[in-house]
Amino acid sequence: MHERYIYFSQFRHKKVFKYNLLICNKKVQHLPELIINNLSASVEGKQILKGVNLTVRGGEIHALMGPNGAGKSTLGNVLIGHPNYVINGGSIILDGKDLTGKTPEERARAGLFLAFQSPVAVVGVKLSAFMRAAYKQVHPEDKSKLSEFYDRMKIHMKKVGLDESFMSRSVNDGFSGGERKRFEILQMMILRPKIVVLDEIDSGLDVDALKLVAEEIKEYYSQEVGFLIITHYQRILKDIEPEFVHILKDGKIVMDGDNSLSLRIEEEGYDWIKNTA
Amino acid sequence: METEYSKEEEMEKLLEDLKKSNVRKEDWEFHDNLQPVYSTGAGLNRKIVEEISEIKKEPEWMRRFRLKALEIFQSKPVPTWGPDLSGIDWENTKYYTRPDEVTTNNWDEVPDQIKDTFQKLGVPEMEQKYLAGSVAQYDSEGVYHNLRKVWEDKGVLFMDLDLALKTYPDLVKDYFCKAVPPTDNKFAALNGAVWSGGSFLYVPKGVKIDMPLQTYFRMNGEQTGQFEHTIVVADEGSSVHYIEGCTAPRYEKNSLHSAIVEIYVNKNAHARYTSVQNWSKSVYNMPTKRAWVEENGQMEWVGGSLGSKVTMLYPSSYLRGPHASAHNLNVSLAGPGTIKDTGAKALHLAPYTSSRIVAKSISIEDGKAIYRGLLRMNKGAVHSKSHVQCDALLINDESQSFTFPHDEIYEPTATFGHEATVGRIGTDELTYLRSRGLSEDEASSMIVLGFLDDVMKEIPMEFAVEMNRLIKLEMNKLGAVG
Repeated sequence: MHERYIYFSQFRHKKVFKYNLLICNKKVQHLPELIINNLSASVEGKQILKGVNLTVRGGEIHALMGPNGAGKSTLGNVLIGHPNYVINGGSIILDGKDLTGKTPEERARAGLFLAFQSPVAVVGVKLSAFMRAAYKQVHPEDKSKLSEFYDRMKIHMKKVGLDESFMSRSVNDGFSGGERKRFEILQMMILRPKIVVLDEIDSGLDVDALKLVAEEIKEYYSQEVGFLIITHYQRILKDIEPEFVHILKDGKIVMDGDNSLSLRIEEEGYDWIKNTA
Repeated sequence: METEYSKEEEMEKLLEDLKKSNVRKEDWEFHDNLQPVYSTGAGLNRKIVEEISEIKKEPEWMRRFRLKALEIFQSKPVPTWGPDLSGIDWENTKYYTRPDEVTTNNWDEVPDQIKDTFQKLGVPEMEQKYLAGSVAQYDSEGVYHNLRKVWEDKGVLFMDLDLALKTYPDLVKDYFCKAVPPTDNKFAALNGAVWSGGSFLYVPKGVKIDMPLQTYFRMNGEQTGQFEHTIVVADEGSSVHYIEGCTAPRYEKNSLHSAIVEIYVNKNAHARYTSVQNWSKSVYNMPTKRAWVEENGQMEWVGGSLGSKVTMLYPSSYLRGPHASAHNLNVSLAGPGTIKDTGAKALHLAPYTSSRIVAKSISIEDGKAIYRGLLRMNKGAVHSKSHVQCDALLINDESQSFTFPHDEIYEPTATFGHEATVGRIGTDELTYLRSRGLSEDEASSMIVLGFLDDVMKEIPMEFAVEMNRLIKLEMNKLGAVG
């Protein structure tokens, strides 16, 4: 077993207090809860995650930081069930439901959402039709008409700064890096997941776009949604201000703290954190 | 905006239907235990060719034509510039197999077993629903032909070519092997020697047929060859849409299909030829298809190559008169272990001619899809235009796609362009769609239908559905994709 360190800061006591409070209240509130329990995973035979423990509940914003190669994006891909990643141990539980061996679509339908770091282009699949098909799978209870759905979609597109003309384009095909990220956020707004994992959502965005995306994330934030923001840099965390910051190093979470931890990393990098592996 | 929605609603419904449909390959790979009433047995020589001509009681010129074609066939080497054809067993192929004595225009008179086969394939149903007429061929001979009276009254002729040769020998002689002479290639020569069945469709001047006419070809015997010869004549100012569908059971030993299709589009006429080929994976499919297009004539080729082990097919348009145009649209599916060497040829022989070629291919597993095309613009074909577009979709990492365009441009005022794209249904693409809640089936269907989207309105809806089903079937056989 490895040790996890708590990063001391001036706000530490307050945060821990709130954390405990939430744990006490969780049963009555029925907030969504994602439990990543001692998760190990490998890709192409190489062990990347070596026992990750993390719990994300509704109303919480967690940031996962770490140096390159720590396994941050692997965690995102493993959470969504990318078939190239093999889970060797541990479990992923969402609202008491074990998602560990489940397909990506089952995870999505259970309310888990990953905004990909580098969303792929799917040539020929029209963005609007894709969103409609996805929405119908995730929210089968909503029987609203196609036109109503598209009207709603257009409102959100305006908010994330994507022109309506994107509706008839192929998914991510010919999109700039920024447009792809905006589309990821649009999907989050439309599919309304319970647990949102944002993998490097800030990469490829200019300052204005970053602001816009942060605004959208804040708008979507509520007690019914938990966020896990995977990021290499601190800059998005200035706008979003996570309550919890975790440092992933060599496949394990080696340190937990509050947003002041991210500030220190911005200044000093990761070298000062003791490598526990 | 409203119309756009309704189109998508239609697509949504289609996708839902697809989810429900559960067609298995056995649905057309079954074979009948029908004993042919006559077969020339395996192998090919002068005696067998004479025997075929004898059985058919053909005129002397046809007998001589066959023998000449046989000589040409024997003198030509097997082409080696394309896919490997060493799997064709020339010695053990049965070149002529006759299922029954008669051909009829009454379904009730078709032998029960053959009738059942065509019924299982949905042929009579289609005729009732949306065809102006149909011909059904079983192995070497046509077994059924019918044409709605309204078209018969206008002088339209539609029957199998053997019957046409008996009834209208002079008319047939005017067109037979004019566009595709036996000297063209080895397989055309073979067809010239042993041809049997195929359709003859003649549309008189000014007659515009608004419903399609269809021929359905069924190959039942093992190691048999089917060598039908089809002639479509669209006389001046006429308009016609002719459809062909083909299936065969799957056998261990290879069968050979080597057809000739000749289409004559006269002045101001319009012809559309649609073929959907779904041969089993034991069939070598080597047809030669060619159209002669005269002044202001329009030729449209719409092709779907789904089955077969190897297909080599390059529908050609000879644009012989000013303002003649050709439009090729071909969709090929190269399933595991199969090769689709397909494409198109456009020969611009007159001024102001135009051609547009759209070729789409999908390769699954180690399937290989090749686009091979010829574009020739002769000196004097002033201001002629051509555009070639090749799109490939690869399903697995080992899937392959090649493009071999060949251009010969001798006219400086002519313009032409090429475009090529390659897409992939990789694990990443599927996972992306699935991570938003789409099932694997739904995700791959969306990609495939999306890939075909710009050709969907050109191809029959049933065909698009069938194509999608086949792709799903192939992908399901692989287990989980990715």
